[in-house]
Amino acid sequence: MSETKRTTFDRSDLRVLTREDLDALEIGAGILGTGGGGNPYQGKLLALQAMNDGYELSILAPDRIAQEAVCMPVGGIGAPVVGVERIREGREGLRCLRAMEELLRAPIDAVVCEEIGGANSMSPLVAAGLAGLPVLDCDGMGRAFPEMQMTTFSIYGHSSTPSVMCDLHGNVVTFTHAASEVWHERMARACVVAQGGGAMLAAAPMSARFLCRYAVPDSYTRAIALGEAVMTARRRQEDPIAALCAHQTGRQVFTGKITDLRRHLRAGFAVGELTLTGFGNHHGESAEVKIQNENLVFAREGIVEVSVPDLIVILDIDSGHAITTEMLRYGQRVSVVALPAPQLLRSEEALAVVGPSAFGYPDIAYVPLEPAA
Amino acid sequence: MKRIGIDVGGTNTDAAMVDGDTIVATVKVPTSEDVMSGVRTALDAVSDARGPGNGPIDAVMIGTTHFTNAIVERARLERIAVIRIALPSGRSLPPLIDWPDDLRRCVDPMMFMVHGGHEYDGRALVEMRDDEVRDAARAIRDAGITAIAISALFSPLTSQCERRAADLVREILPNARITLSHTLGRIGLLERENVAALNATLQELGRRTVKAFDDALATAGIDAPFFLTQNDGTVALASIAAENPVHCFASGPTNSMRGAAFLTGENDAMVVDVGGTTSDIGCLSGGFPREANNIVHVGGVRTLFRMPDLLPIALGGGTIVDAKTGAIGPRSVGYRITQDSLVFGGETLTTSDIGVAAGLVEMGDHDRVKGLDPAFVSQTLTRLREMVADGFDRMKISAESIPLIAVGGGAFLVSDTVAGASKVIRTENAGTANALGAAMAQVSGEVDQVFSRMSRENAIAEAESAARTNAVAAGAREETLSTLEIEDIPIAYLRDNARRVRVRVIGDIDFGGAG
Repeated sequence: MSETKRTTFDRSDLRVLTREDLDALEIGAGILGTGGGGNPYQGKLLALQAMNDGYELSILAPDRIAQEAVCMPVGGIGAPVVGVERIREGREGLRCLRAMEELLRAPIDAVVCEEIGGANSMSPLVAAGLAGLPVLDCDGMGRAFPEMQMTTFSIYGHSSTPSVMCDLHGNVVTFTHAASEVWHERMARACVVAQGGGAMLAAAPMSARFLCRYAVPDSYTRAIALGEAVMTARRRQEDPIAALCAHQTGRQVFTGKITDLRRHLRAGFAVGELTLTGFGNHHGESAEVKIQNENLVFAREGIVEVSVPDLIVILDIDSGHAITTEMLRYGQRVSVVALPAPQLLRSEEALAVVGPSAFGYPDIAYVPLEPAA
Repeated sequence: MKRIGIDVGGTNTDAAMVDGDTIVATVKVPTSEDVMSGVRTALDAVSDARGPGNGPIDAVMIGTTHFTNAIVERARLERIAVIRIALPSGRSLPPLIDWPDDLRRCVDPMMFMVHGGHEYDGRALVEMRDDEVRDAARAIRDAGITAIAISALFSPLTSQCERRAADLVREILPNARITLSHTLGRIGLLERENVAALNATLQELGRRTVKAFDDALATAGIDAPFFLTQNDGTVALASIAAENPVHCFASGPTNSMRGAAFLTGENDAMVVDVGGTTSDIGCLSGGFPREANNIVHVGGVRTLFRMPDLLPIALGGGTIVDAKTGAIGPRSVGYRITQDSLVFGGETLTTSDIGVAAGLVEMGDHDRVKGLDPAFVSQTLTRLREMVADGFDRMKISAESIPLIAVGGGAFLVSDTVAGASKVIRTENAGTANALGAAMAQVSGEVDQVFSRMSRENAIAEAESAARTNAVAAGAREETLSTLEIEDIPIAYLRDNARRVRVRVIGDIDFGGAG
């Protein structure tokens, strides 16, 4: 389709990513993953490989592309523990894109990220890079969430079907229509099990106009800057956690050691509770973090202080690296940092999908985290 | 039952002889530049201590840093080939994709990706293509390579493809030395493949090292089974261990921790092992080092396999102290401590000189550090003790106080009171705990797999039974086996109650009924 490619943006508005940007994005996306979203490491290797093969990976602000431009979200779906073994073939995302173009009989102009937190920060870059398209600098979560309907796209009325799922074998599955976003999630989940536990999914494209209004803005620049802040602080032997708080109007809510960790399964999800015993400024205090794929609720001495959709990040106290929920273990010395959720996740309709009650905590009333001064 | 344990470190070579539970003799000699003459000196010294009429040695256990050093120094490595059976998975990420350039240049691998492998639930990913494996084997043969690593998708669950490929390769290359990834690593293809490739590139060095140890034992007149100590605090017969040098990567600190448990009778404690160049801080749980369950970098390569959870800090008995600023390390005089440090007549101020000046230890010539400013000595000592205390706190598993055992040649540097430690334990033979740990080592078996379509209890029982089978195969006496660790993590998203279960069992060496 390259010969029919339309002029929808000015190349001078593109930010072409470097290898260093990808290193920073790996760290920043890990932080925004709030404990979930999968490890971006493998995605970074795929992105680096695409770069080495001569493809240009670039990002573009959604207000710098024609407002009618056709923008297609793409991301990985599956179990992270399967993903570390069953590594991508590499062109699944590109095949999704081509299949979607065929389905719509129209070219895709840009690629969109569903979830900037974790591994799905990288997948759109690879798909778009191989197709010679930019990725728009925005996303549907501003963090990581476990299910597809938990995007601002879905919350604000975009139907994610028709969608296309491609696996590493070359299978292409099209969902023509789902009765609801939850139905789509349910069917896609069943499909990914049949496909071996991992696949790429491209959701129905949307206009840049829609994204300017309903996507979390600046996701890539934010994640890269976050990673850079941590890397710079480490290089200067400064406190990386203070650097990231300063950068993101976040606050360090707790510093302590993991003294208990209980894991169990609930309705197919890995859930758990983490007990922290404070030290330093928090000596003598205890705190708890509730987990379901991501870190969901932070409570101090039994009183809830931060809850989903605000971001709760657990970081290694020395390296400033975010620790994913499956890597948490007894004895780690961690800092808990809370970052305010994007405004789009705090509306009444958003909280119905991504607020505490949506994760099985009906008794917790969401109180928006105030940005740190 | 008489055993000799030897631990070859970067600075010292330690040896110990143990009869039953009794320590007969210990000795510490500097590691020589050729390594083996130091080993022979140490062997002679402990053998002499045995005295006349005391019967033969039943076993010798050796721990060595040979293999780690080769990877870190990018030296003495052999050219390898890697065959990955996983296509179409991973097509865009060939093997060794993220290795440091200098190491990759040194190993100069030939790489092949072929179709095959399995899914998490045991289904074939695609049909394995024997012809592709044969083509790879012919190319490897033509290049004159014989050290080969083979990985296959989900091989820790189903090793069939790796074993089939090994058979096919041997038909074309009968003298191939093949490492199968499932025998070493866990779920995580890139990291497991990295471990297999590191192992392949150490094959020749493994063979040469075992031969050299054999010769040293023969020279010392010892005719006994000879074992190499492993990362998990256990041993394997040297001839078998030589095939898996990666299992020896962290044997030094592991031996020290096992020795610390043996010497003190404390099975749940923290251990700080102060060597010549670095200190390792680890945690004993049930008498064994806590195992790392995450990525461990070896020479810049990401790995995920059986390694102890250790915090290394750049502080040892040979660590150089800046005489002007008081800065400690990270450089060390290493094995040259008996020439370069002040007390031994050299010109370099080391932490050992600080220890002598502070009256913590006697070595060399005390007069040579009399001129040091006492305030400088005490400030330096305070700072290096803070380094230990901070590392101790980082590795602790709970806020509760726990004993701290200080071992290693530089144990005198550790303070008698450390915040968060219920007590600081020193023992008479702390300097050779590593050699004692080697001498007392046992044999283990491990399983790390995803189980599905069964209850949690059945999954654990199945894993435990497989781990016991592995331990017996590695040389353990079945009736002495006990389960050391059970860990299980449910896997989100997948049906069929899938969970990853890891079980480790341990037992005494089977001397063929002699025990």
